Amino acid sequence: MTKRLVVAGYGMVAQRFLEAFAEREADGWSVTVLAEEDRPAYDRVRLSAWFDDYDAGALHLGGAPDGVAVRLNEAVTGIDRDRRVVHSASGETPYDALVLATGSRAFVPPIAGADLPGVFVYRTLDDLAALKDWATAGGRRVGAVLGGGLLGLEAANALKLLGITTHVVEFAPRLMPLQVDEGGGAVLKRHIEALGVTVHTGRGCAGLTGDADGVQQMLFNDGGSLDVDVVVVAAGIRPRDELAEPAGLVRGPRGGFTVDATCATADPAVWAIGECAALSVDSGDGVCYGLVAPGYAMAEVVADRLTGGEATMARPDTSTKLKLLGVDVASFGAPFADGLDVVVTDQVTGVYAKLLLTDDAKTLLGGILVGDASAYPTLRASLGGPLPAPPLALLAPAGDGSPKAELPGTAQVCSCHAVTKDHVTDAIAGGCTDVPGLKVCTKAGTGCGSCIPLLKQLLAAGGVVQSKALCEHFTYSRQELFDVIRVRNIRSFTELVSAHGTGRGCDICKPTVASILAAVNNGYILDGEEAALQDTNDHFLANIQRDGTYSVVPRIPGGEITPEKLIVIGEVARDFGLYTKITGGQRIDLFGARVEQLPQIWHRLVDAGFESGHAYGKALRTVKSCVGETWCRYGVQDSVGLAIELELRYRGLRAPHKLKSAVSGCARECAEARSKDFGIIATERGWNLYVAGNGGFRPRHADLFLTDASTEELIRTIDRFLMYYVRTADRLQRTAAWLEAMEGGLDHLRAVIVDDALGLCAELDAQMARHVGSYADEWHATLQDPERLSRFVSFVNAPGTPDPDISFEVERGQKIPVRGPVPVTLGGAR
Amino acid sequence: MTTATMTVTWTAICSYARLEAERGVAALVDGVQLAVFRTFSGELFAIGNRDPIAGAQVMSRGIVGTRGSAPTVASPLHKQVYDLRTGECLDVAGVAVPTYAIRRIGDTVEVAVDKR
Repeated sequence: MTKRLVVAGYGMVAQRFLEAFAEREADGWSVTVLAEEDRPAYDRVRLSAWFDDYDAGALHLGGAPDGVAVRLNEAVTGIDRDRRVVHSASGETPYDALVLATGSRAFVPPIAGADLPGVFVYRTLDDLAALKDWATAGGRRVGAVLGGGLLGLEAANALKLLGITTHVVEFAPRLMPLQVDEGGGAVLKRHIEALGVTVHTGRGCAGLTGDADGVQQMLFNDGGSLDVDVVVVAAGIRPRDELAEPAGLVRGPRGGFTVDATCATADPAVWAIGECAALSVDSGDGVCYGLVAPGYAMAEVVADRLTGGEATMARPDTSTKLKLLGVDVASFGAPFADGLDVVVTDQVTGVYAKLLLTDDAKTLLGGILVGDASAYPTLRASLGGPLPAPPLALLAPAGDGSPKAELPGTAQVCSCHAVTKDHVTDAIAGGCTDVPGLKVCTKAGTGCGSCIPLLKQLLAAGGVVQSKALCEHFTYSRQELFDVIRVRNIRSFTELVSAHGTGRGCDICKPTVASILAAVNNGYILDGEEAALQDTNDHFLANIQRDGTYSVVPRIPGGEITPEKLIVIGEVARDFGLYTKITGGQRIDLFGARVEQLPQIWHRLVDAGFESGHAYGKALRTVKSCVGETWCRYGVQDSVGLAIELELRYRGLRAPHKLKSAVSGCARECAEARSKDFGIIATERGWNLYVAGNGGFRPRHADLFLTDASTEELIRTIDRFLMYYVRTADRLQRTAAWLEAMEGGLDHLRAVIVDDALGLCAELDAQMARHVGSYADEWHATLQDPERLSRFVSFVNAPGTPDPDISFEVERGQKIPVRGPVPVTLGGAR
Repeated sequence: MTTATMTVTWTAICSYARLEAERGVAALVDGVQLAVFRTFSGELFAIGNRDPIAGAQVMSRGIVGTRGSAPTVASPLHKQVYDLRTGECLDVAGVAVPTYAIRRIGDTVEVAVDKR
């Protein structure tokens, strides 16, 4: 008979439990989840990321496994343990096993005025949406966050992003009192203040005043006050355990459902996991853990137990590493225990580090890092064991000093999934050769991701050499080849391959080198030896189709076209018998042209004012646009005008892969700019720039990079973004993958192209200026030159004879290649 | 007893100067489509122009290069690489394109299409 499993609550821990249970493929269970919120589990750890783009979907955790019945908006309101049913709005649901995963609620201290309009907590997506609506409603200028812990600093960041002058009020004498000590707190405070946030430590809030229109003043217990328009209470969390007492379940000393090391309550049919569980294990008695990693571990334990296993909880690791307002903070092990400490404070760079060792200085007990947490993965993995190197060497600024190989095999590399170094080295010995492979084999790196640098080190220590060689002819990566060509002023493939490679190249390195030469030298791409480097598309300035004919795409900047030009395209298509189709990039593709027809077709198009659309090149394709304020009643900026300006600026720019862009005239985003390599969305005050998105095989939303930028600042930033990409990306690596692979990600990109941390910006600007200044239409140049035109023949000994093997049939009134029994292989051998 | 006579008919297709190094051209000889290549060192090769995997007459438009010591061309459609000397596909076992005799007489390039 089918057993019924009911899960109360649908947050991150419940999600993990459902996945862990499904993975064990236990037969004979039906699973039901009752959720209070109106959406499935989302990533609450990254909650603040919602302020980057207001996209709740990006935080979605993937939904319940197949077969699980999810009932949203239906909180469990009571448990009848005798009859084994839970109560909810729709009535009773029977269970054989009940897993409580009700999580926490925000704690609001009992101060006067806490219920005034304009006072918020910071716990759910709904909380954040309400905060945003209030803070952006106009006239709201000053905000205070009550609580200087982890959540409080997250909330402060959110207020800052909303344009609010922000204060943080912490009763303890330092920020993040649970995670860092006095020295670390002082360094952290300086970082936060440098960002323009006012920090009040050692001050309590005595109450809030205001009226029905909202909060007006925060009163301090030392007699002072602060005028405020918005308050966020981030004073901690409390377990959601209100189901315990009516059901006769025991609560822990600080709340929560009391459970033993198997996560069972006193009732063997009722379990509790995550923040609502008061776990008794080792000496910790009834402790609620407000971190996701212990919750995940509990989820695994219960999934195991329910399917016949014997897992138990070890004492949870409360190590954390976060980035708060751009400042790295890490705390691991027991940093406040007794022992010997090693403390490094660098006031110049704002780095604080403390290691706590046993009295014999042999075992690492814990530590705190502020400002630079790059040593965290190694240190956390060394907890409870000998230090892999002298303390000062470990804390030295990131070089390659990290002595990864000396970690003991039992050291936990990934705390989210309890993966040890032995697990990882076994997987490497078993054939895993990269980080994605290790993620699949061991799950390491799939939680918070902080151990990924360590995984890379273990791969390197395991002798796995990640080849960056482009192909058999060059041992260099594309980026290295770019530098070689630029620095040594190399002008031809022959020069390059004879000095820096072997053989005569192939279909991989030749187009790559052609693209680099085009980017560095900005010339016509088909003269001299360069002609032999190009793929057939670049060689014939058209796109090859499966029957060997080509398609033609004239540029239609921004998708704006006059009726006269539309008529010309129609006439050309009619006269040459071309199949026509509107593309996804707001232009018109003409299919079925034979090689020898291309110059005649382009003659007509160039005469009518068209130019190459570079649909054939690894180059800028289109800058799509919505109609914008010119016509649209919602538009706030001239999106078409900007799209045309950008498309004309970057046309012909050769890149590692194709580039797409779009401009939307308002936040409704009709141009789908966020699916582009660079997308622009108009705001009331300027433009928001998003970078590194794409559609395609693995869609990725672009990341917000500039807010309310002027057109000038926008274009300067895109110039640098594109040139830095052209210089440093791998072959066929689109901007999304390029950014994801970049050490330091978006922050690094910002440091390089906004703050000029590498001193490259002047060079990038000059390189783009050269590109813009030297652009010439490839088809116009081709038609001017008989020698260039001489390539466009069907047969060298019968130039005017069409390929006799090309034949068409008619479908929906247009001609298409004959659908013969032609076998089609996708991808080939590579 | 009969004696088999091999008649080789050479057909001039273009001047040697017309061939760019490492770039092919297509030629039409007695209804047969050929892809003709001149390598960087000046060697000439002629193979069938039809991509045997995709079925289109496109081999002359592939990128010429080397794999190890073999002179090669890659199909422009799906990039399978063929040995110009033997016509053998180096990426898919059992696939090959025909090869044809080719020679240079003065500045003239000639091919022979064997009509067996």
